[in-house]
Amino acid sequence: MIENIALAFQGVWSHKLRSCLTMLGIIIGIASIISIVSTIKGTNEQIKENLIGAGNNAVKIQLYQGEEPCDFSWNSVPDGALPLTEDIREDLLGVKDVEEVSFFLSRNYVENVFYQNLAFNGSLYGIDSHYFDVYGYYVQWGRGFTEQDYSTYRKVCLLDHTAVSTLYSNDVNPIGTTIEIWGEPFTVIGIVDQASAFEPVINSMQDYNTYMQNTSGQIFVPDTVWGMLYRFDEPQQVVLRAANTDAMTNVGNRGAEVINEGMGNGEDSELRYKSENLLEQAKQLQDLSASTNQQLIWIASISLLVGGIGVMNIMLVSVTERTREIGLKKAIGAKKRKIRLQFLTEAAVLTSLGGIIGVIAGIGMATIISRVTSTPTAISVPAILVSVIFSMVIGIIFGLFPAIKAANLNPIEALRHE
Amino acid sequence: MILELKNIYKDYPQGKLTVHVLKDISLEVEEGDYIAIMGPSGSGKTTLMNLIGCLDVPTSGSYYLAGKDMSRLSDNQMAEIRNQYIGFVFQTFNLLPKLSALDNVALPLLYAGVKKKERRARAEEALRKVGLGDRLEFRSNQLSGGQCQRVAIARAMVGNPKILLADEPTGALDTKSGDQIMELFQQLNEEGVTIVMITHEPDIARCARKIYHIRDGEFSKGNSGEFGNEDNGEFSNEENGEFSIEESGEFVKEDSSEFNKEDSGEAAE
Repeated sequence: MIENIALAFQGVWSHKLRSCLTMLGIIIGIASIISIVSTIKGTNEQIKENLIGAGNNAVKIQLYQGEEPCDFSWNSVPDGALPLTEDIREDLLGVKDVEEVSFFLSRNYVENVFYQNLAFNGSLYGIDSHYFDVYGYYVQWGRGFTEQDYSTYRKVCLLDHTAVSTLYSNDVNPIGTTIEIWGEPFTVIGIVDQASAFEPVINSMQDYNTYMQNTSGQIFVPDTVWGMLYRFDEPQQVVLRAANTDAMTNVGNRGAEVINEGMGNGEDSELRYKSENLLEQAKQLQDLSASTNQQLIWIASISLLVGGIGVMNIMLVSVTERTREIGLKKAIGAKKRKIRLQFLTEAAVLTSLGGIIGVIAGIGMATIISRVTSTPTAISVPAILVSVIFSMVIGIIFGLFPAIKAANLNPIEALRHE
Repeated sequence: MILELKNIYKDYPQGKLTVHVLKDISLEVEEGDYIAIMGPSGSGKTTLMNLIGCLDVPTSGSYYLAGKDMSRLSDNQMAEIRNQYIGFVFQTFNLLPKLSALDNVALPLLYAGVKKKERRARAEEALRKVGLGDRLEFRSNQLSGGQCQRVAIARAMVGNPKILLADEPTGALDTKSGDQIMELFQQLNEEGVTIVMITHEPDIARCARKIYHIRDGEFSKGNSGEFGNEDNGEFSNEENGEFSIEESGEFVKEDSSEFNKEDSGEAAE
């Protein structure tokens, strides 16, 4: 067999140009498939890690009224909604794969925040001391909230960069200035930034809202002062940090159950905490990208088919060209099987070689695509193995007919062939 | 009896007609014999050779090679018989141009399932025997016609076949190289190899001990019988004038022109 393969390589090598042209179809097909698969995989991993995990694997658990999440941008607080207790926090920390828990309050599109004559209408957050840990914020300038800020109800706040650029002109140092929230003066003590920035994918109105909340700026105050700003303490929201992206769905569902149990919200109660199912959303996105790309793979497969037909064509030519050789080999005692094997091996070597070159070209293409479009690519090892094996199978399938034709040649006629 | 053909008929369908290519051919060849089969083109001599060479099966009749019935074999069985019992020498050598002389000669052993090392050793020995021990790695385009044919003979002999079957072995060669090939055949025959040669050249046929004439698919009497049982040590080029009886009833005079071994076996180069 090894000798057969060596002979087949010799055969391929002795017709370099012809072999290259024959392989081209296979090369293009395999290269397209490899680059498409790599791009899909890269995109999916990006979706998973950046969009869902947001770099922090944070899972939000929100209060739902019926089927709708409570949105306090314009709506009032529903009756019977209560703040969460420290006991529930402890319970949540006991859930598997939960690394950190934060309770917070938020309002979107706040209209009563001013610095001098400049207004801000981003989001306002009343946060506990764990919020920044969960979301990966850090204090870039100034200082963060201290125990005393919470316990003595200090009117201090932290701004993100968007809020700073909305409220301040370039030459003003915001730290130490006082802004007005609902008529109350708050001292800016620091500026925060998120450690892992990412470009979100906007695919729905909900994504857009989330995105706009963040991009129109955020102002953070200690949750203890929330009551001074709003007539009601709004029901708190929960955010959990999961140990990894894959655990997020379970952490969210289990977390919501723990909260509902702790607050006595029964199965049939109107108000229930639910986790946003980011994994589900992301899966839909991934499916979308996969299904469009699967169509591309079908197109690439057509080029493989064309390549296979090219291989068959060239093998038939080769059989005709080598009729005398086949005749001689049969005359000196080669059985049909040997002749068949010789041509099958040659076809398989030809296409496998094409497959390997195609894989290399595909990886190259994927790298170029990722450079040019700055989308990540991930080389899929199973895809590479499957491609090479598949191209070998193409060789065997399309080489079968010529090989059988060669094996069945009549040695007398074959020897007489000119 | 190494070869025994009894009442062989071979028909080929040609459209609606059936062409009888061989009619009632019987032939016996003893081990160590050297026979020539002569005939004009279309006489059926190639068909006869294909049958003897187990490339084809007769329509009727029986063929025994080394005591075994060869007339009803499958393709693969015939391939095996060819590999083990028969060495072919063709007019056009049929060497594989991409292989070296050594690899060409080793090819039958590959199909016989011989291990690579042994293949090389035996092929080398066979090439030495035909005087090409110094041309092992040459390809056919680097060899003269006579040398090519000697490689082909080495290939035919490497598997120690029962018979050497030569189809116009000198047809593509000049006289001098042709004579050298004939000398080589002579030498092989002296060593005990049975040779069946097909030719249309009387000079070449005369090298054999017996000559069979075939015409229109039938043997005509042309057997120079007296050499048949002679000792193997001496070879005589002479042939007595014999009459071949043609189907038509005409007499064909068999020339007894002298065949002189004029060259002393110089290599073609």
